[in-house]
Amino acid sequence: MDVGGDTRRRLVVIGHGPAGHRLVEALRERDTAGAWQITVIGEETRPAYDRVALTSYLTEDAELAFPAHGPGVRLHTGDPVTGIDRAARTVTTASGAVVGYDALVLATGSSPFVPPVPGRDLPGVFVYRTIDDLDALRAHCAARPDAGGVVVGGGLLGLEAARALQGLGVDTHVVEVAPWLMPRQLDEGGGAMLRRHIESLGLTVHAGTPMAGLEAGPDGGVARVRLSDGSAIESSVVVFSAGIRPRDELARGCGLPVGERGGIVVDATCRTADPAVWAVGECALVDGQVYGLVGPCFTMAEVVADRLLAEATGGPGQAAFGGADTSTKLKLMGVDVASFGDPFADRAEGTLGVTYTDPVGGVYKKLVVSDDARTLLGGVLVGDATTYPTLRAYVGAELPGSPEQTLFGGTEPAGGDLPGATVICSCNNVSAETIRCSIRDEGLTDVAAVKGCTRAGSSCGSCVPLVKKLLDAELVAAGIEVSKAICEHFEHSRAELFDIVRVRRITTFTQLINEHGRGRGCDICKPAVASILASLGNGHILDGEQAALQDTNDHFLANLQKNGTYSVVPRIPGGEITPDKLIVIGEVARDFGLYTKITGGQRIDLFGARVDQLPQIWKRLVDAGFESGHAYGKALRTVKSCVGSTWCRFGVQDSVAMAIRLELRYRGLRAPHKLKSAVSGCARECAEAQSKDFGVIATERGWNLYLAGNGGMRPRHADLFASDLDDETLIRYIDRFLMFYIRTADRLQRTASWLEGLDGGIDYLREVIVEDRLGICAELDAAMERHVAAYSDEWRDTLADPDKLRRFVSFVNAPTVPDPSIAFAPERDQIKPVLLAGPQLEVVSR
Amino acid sequence: MTADVQTGPAHAVPAPTTTRWHEVCAYEDLLPERGACALLEGIQVAIFRTFDGELFALSNFDPFSGAYVIARGILGTRGGTPTVASPMYKQVFDLRTGRCLDDTEVALPTFGVRRTPAGRVEVAL
Repeated sequence: MDVGGDTRRRLVVIGHGPAGHRLVEALRERDTAGAWQITVIGEETRPAYDRVALTSYLTEDAELAFPAHGPGVRLHTGDPVTGIDRAARTVTTASGAVVGYDALVLATGSSPFVPPVPGRDLPGVFVYRTIDDLDALRAHCAARPDAGGVVVGGGLLGLEAARALQGLGVDTHVVEVAPWLMPRQLDEGGGAMLRRHIESLGLTVHAGTPMAGLEAGPDGGVARVRLSDGSAIESSVVVFSAGIRPRDELARGCGLPVGERGGIVVDATCRTADPAVWAVGECALVDGQVYGLVGPCFTMAEVVADRLLAEATGGPGQAAFGGADTSTKLKLMGVDVASFGDPFADRAEGTLGVTYTDPVGGVYKKLVVSDDARTLLGGVLVGDATTYPTLRAYVGAELPGSPEQTLFGGTEPAGGDLPGATVICSCNNVSAETIRCSIRDEGLTDVAAVKGCTRAGSSCGSCVPLVKKLLDAELVAAGIEVSKAICEHFEHSRAELFDIVRVRRITTFTQLINEHGRGRGCDICKPAVASILASLGNGHILDGEQAALQDTNDHFLANLQKNGTYSVVPRIPGGEITPDKLIVIGEVARDFGLYTKITGGQRIDLFGARVDQLPQIWKRLVDAGFESGHAYGKALRTVKSCVGSTWCRFGVQDSVAMAIRLELRYRGLRAPHKLKSAVSGCARECAEAQSKDFGVIATERGWNLYLAGNGGMRPRHADLFASDLDDETLIRYIDRFLMFYIRTADRLQRTASWLEGLDGGIDYLREVIVEDRLGICAELDAAMERHVAAYSDEWRDTLADPDKLRRFVSFVNAPTVPDPSIAFAPERDQIKPVLLAGPQLEVVSR
Repeated sequence: MTADVQTGPAHAVPAPTTTRWHEVCAYEDLLPERGACALLEGIQVAIFRTFDGELFALSNFDPFSGAYVIARGILGTRGGTPTVASPMYKQVFDLRTGRCLDDTEVALPTFGVRRTPAGRVEVAL
């Protein structure tokens, strides 16, 4: 391979929206040889963000940015491309930069359509597309409290905008030219039912009434919207959200064919008339259609990534855009709305529409089937879309039951018998067959792994129940029993065992296994039950029978290392330590000859201690004011912090004090898996709180709480749970989050995968924790209070108990003899372990 | 029947000729359902007391990790077999035969162990 040469091909991507971002990620993921050198040129100053979630930016201050591309991608933002020279294969930007390409991808997106009505340019008139648009809208509304406002467009985006506008305190009207709302997705019955829901939430809908124009007030800004029937709506803010138009001006400018109504003409591989130029996303006209949904746009990006890679490697590309599933499901202001397949197919001959209306419950459902009532063609769901994932998967296939059964029965997701070509995840265009193959070939056994491997369920998440069914069916077919049993000794899941222990007030493993299990347990169930007993507060983890349940780390209150020695981590709350205490750690490490390493969680780890040395080491540390750091436990490990407002020029809250407070509150709390936390003193996020099980980031007004993040093997950005909390509310929410997790998670399940498996996700969690939907908050609060009150240092307690101390010997028949098998060699002025016998077998880590 | 493949450093393999019983500790020194290690003539022997009071003795050497840690494993049952799981990489061994249940090519050496009428634990080398 010629490392120094210029053999790499140059790819230029114009536009850094979701489609451009996906293209780059897809290419980078597969182009392991680095055949393409990628430059992205974006018009907006921000890198790509999740436009689909735009409204949550206004209503929840959500962070929308997509993950940054890895190294090797040159991202040039805030500098629109002004021209393309196809002959020279260069693009020119507004700042005058000229960039050459071997392949060019247009991912320029679309712009909002603003109908040519009088007054459309008045101050106070907005569109709803970018973060800049939203910032301007918010500033405008903030200056006009109690204003009236109009959203022009009652489609999907229009209703999103209406929700946002109402969230800004504006008395909101929706004007839709069609006779009902969401006319592209819903039939008249569905649109009418949606209107009832929307109006019950305080919005006013004007459907079937075109707008005549906008009129200015005395200040020159928009003051009212005039409708064609002569009526007027007082309105100091107007948002146009009446459809999109492809951004095809660059293509036009360089002579590439565009459609009659706009859109860059491409073939099924998303290539334009110029073989070196491609178009993806909302700017592309593929098979005569422009797609405004994120799913098809992602598919186009994947197709082009595949083709570009094939081009660079000389192989044939396989991927092509074969049309897209435009099924949609969304929650609009709390109302489930879904349409799938062809919801209007019943307008054609030879089809039947089966409808169900429940005006009291606000539910409307329609299924369109072939005239033999067997094949599902499409449908509409308003007010209750629980059956959406299954129904969507059955589009084009034979229904398992009659249409009535399907409508009322809440059809269980089928899984096993779905045709292979069925698209399960329409956001990422993943078929049932793709999912089945990955499960079989990669040996996947849980939904999180399927998500990671196939991307199915990783965008909107609506297909996750179906993915789970497919997974279960595959595992059963492979002879892998899908059992929630924790091991052969209990038929229960960990969560069930937790409830049994809690409700029946069981305090010993023997009682639990005698009454609810069989056999004598194993290295799976014993530590799990030990953890449950500890979470519910049953004294020292080495008391009585509990001692025998603990794995070796908990049994010796230290971490087993590869040569049979242990490492010791004293707690350093918040990572704050006095020089004197730091010196003590250094002295202990020196005196016992321990290898010393600073951890990622702002602690100090001392390695190479024999079991008989552990009590002596703890004694020195405890005498100096240290306590166990629980590095050995499935428990709170660390609450890391940045230096915060006390010292930092940018800090807005005292992150160190909060981190110490949290760490001292949750220290010793046993959980299904380890727990990590961090507190950052400002939005710069130096403590990396968003990669923690619970992370806290300071704001001007308080704290933002992020939940269920993870670093490690499967990184996950934490979800913003709540914003601008005061100290007490923050702690109350974390208390409940932790206790709810401890109650309901599986064995060794981190909070990240727990939340991903939680039906309803972060919204459901909010209902449980903030709104007390399950009525258990008082119990959760009390459980945490008991934990805090009962906390005691495990090292100190062990030192005070001669019975426990007697276990800390290498040899029961020779307590004073050190283990002769333990040896060390020097490395970089410290010790490293040496295995005298050496491993005798090759071990595959399990 | 095939012979067990005994794996471990040479000095851990007991000499088959004469049986010598070594007193190790009091029976009450052993925690129920837990192990302890004895050093006997330079050999590390892991001794276990199960829930029903039975005693077992195996080599303390874990052939999968090369560390002397078997005595620190968790006891249990698999099917009806009494077991210990290595604390290092969690392979499970039959306490009675030393055979590894996760890799039947591997077995730990076993030793005779008994409780004397005086309540002492003895191991045979």
